[in-house]
Amino acid sequence: MSAPGEARVESPLRRIAADFLANPVAVFGLTLLAVIVFLALFAPLISPQNPYDLAQLDVMDSRLPPGAQSPTGGTYWLGTDDQGRDMLSAIFYGLRISLAVGIAATVLALLIGLAMGLTAAYVGGRVEALIMRIVDIQLSFPAILIALILIAVLGQGTGKVIAALVTVQWAYYARTVRSAALVEKRKEYMEAARCVALPPSRIVFRHLLPNCMPPMIVVATVQVAAAIALEATLSFLGLGLPITEPSLGLLIANGYQYLLSGKYWISFFPGIALLCTIVSINLVADQLRDVLNPRLQR
Amino acid sequence: MLVFVIRRTLQSVVVLFVMSLLVFAGVYAVGNPIDILISPQADQIDRERAIAALGLDKPLWAQYLSFLDGVAHGDLGRSFVHSTSAIGLILERMPATIELAASAMLIAIALGIPLGLWAGLKPNGVAGRTIMAGSILGFSLPTFWVGLMLIMVFSVMLGWLPSNGRGETTLLFGIPVSFTTVDGLKHLAMPATNLALFNLALLIRLTRAGAHEALLQDYVKFARAKGLTNARVIGVHVLRNILIPIVTVIGLQFGSLIGFAIVTESVFAWPGMGKLLIDSIGVLDRPVIVAYLLVIVTVFIVINLIVDVLYSALDPRVRLTETHG
Repeated sequence: MSAPGEARVESPLRRIAADFLANPVAVFGLTLLAVIVFLALFAPLISPQNPYDLAQLDVMDSRLPPGAQSPTGGTYWLGTDDQGRDMLSAIFYGLRISLAVGIAATVLALLIGLAMGLTAAYVGGRVEALIMRIVDIQLSFPAILIALILIAVLGQGTGKVIAALVTVQWAYYARTVRSAALVEKRKEYMEAARCVALPPSRIVFRHLLPNCMPPMIVVATVQVAAAIALEATLSFLGLGLPITEPSLGLLIANGYQYLLSGKYWISFFPGIALLCTIVSINLVADQLRDVLNPRLQR
Repeated sequence: MLVFVIRRTLQSVVVLFVMSLLVFAGVYAVGNPIDILISPQADQIDRERAIAALGLDKPLWAQYLSFLDGVAHGDLGRSFVHSTSAIGLILERMPATIELAASAMLIAIALGIPLGLWAGLKPNGVAGRTIMAGSILGFSLPTFWVGLMLIMVFSVMLGWLPSNGRGETTLLFGIPVSFTTVDGLKHLAMPATNLALFNLALLIRLTRAGAHEALLQDYVKFARAKGLTNARVIGVHVLRNILIPIVTVIGLQFGSLIGFAIVTESVFAWPGMGKLLIDSIGVLDRPVIVAYLLVIVTVFIVINLIVDVLYSALDPRVRLTETHG
């Protein structure tokens, strides 16, 4: 599908899968990621309680330490927060929101970045100069700064957080796809495609784009992790998602005020969940980078 | 060299000008300028008077010109909350942020380059592998959460370090600094370590990759063949060659440290300009936000210029005067 275009006896997809699975650390990352995605997808089914159903919450249960018994007979394995919410359930639901926002932002940024980068590479000239100038200026500023300024200008809300994440990230894709496309453009199959007078749209989408995908997949994987981390940071600062959609960052922020009185679990466990998510994605991305790079066959 | 610096300064003015246009478009045109520039507490008559006084009834280009005029006079508006000059507020908080970022960078350099060299020279040893695994963790750990965990361990559980504030400061050349007092150092330790983590991981990986590559080069083999001591081969020949990308990254990352200091300052209640920005966003104190942005862009431009000049000092192959812009 999107493998480096070399003639091989075995299917490229199978080779990539085999290469990927050869590294135990990467397999560990992939397994961890699969578990996290499973927990996020099926949070309503596997959570001990619905943490946002007020009828199920009892203020008498607030700030119980991990392992405490609830009056109804259950166990709060990871303790409860200031409203008597089971932290384990809150983390499952939080994962759901964090992952959803991260993936939505990444997909949108990927599409915009692809469009801009391909346009720059294919059209060239002034259009290219303008697009890449914007990319350069944007990438010279830290992501958190750009996101904060956008939130300050746009205001808060889920859609605006995603907009800020997209604005921060499209430049990475644009830069990556442009450099990949510039290399591909000079190859003979592109020349052949132009010689048989294929329409530009077909050349770009059927020939150029698939061959630019391997580096894009790697960047997109890394950027999902970056988007989740950035959203968590914004939410922690109180400038991210609204309180009605408590992502992991918001859960951590919620525990901040109780940290000084020694009630560590309200911030600690959501942080561990966030850390596991980011580490597992980064491990997968690291290995993808190696197996998708034809120059790195060791 | 001088020609280069002058040309770059002119370029920087252009970038700053473009940025001012973007900031203007962002804050004055996209948002509602009346909400942005007039305190929400003002009554109807005050509002109308202020709209006229601020020239918001004029066309957009005229507003931009008067905005530029203000910028040229160092006037970026008055803070709604503190009712003093916004730029003054920022500059007052700047030393705290610079001190925090510089301390973090020092920690990252002092630990990152030796650890990276170690991992690069012995890539298959236990230490090398541990260092690299640790650096992946350094990339993945969310800064704000690490800050919380530092507070949990060192302030709450061990009680060694204070959890917030800047501590006692003394004046050094008229600038308040906290690294000169024991109390100040205690307050500085956790925020600086927290802010350093990401760059520590980055420097480790960069140094390791550089050392790994340099060791295979002919000049290293030649230096060894000449019978130079190991310390000299690594300390002079290897280090000097891998220092070029490292200096670039250190320079560029210093800017991002000032950006990321926003998060660390919020966690540790460090009274820097990042904390001021978050507080200002919280209460919609937009003149301060605009002032912060223009100040930070200027800082970035100055840093980039310094990096380029340092670059040429380290690598004689880069001749600044001969660059084509």
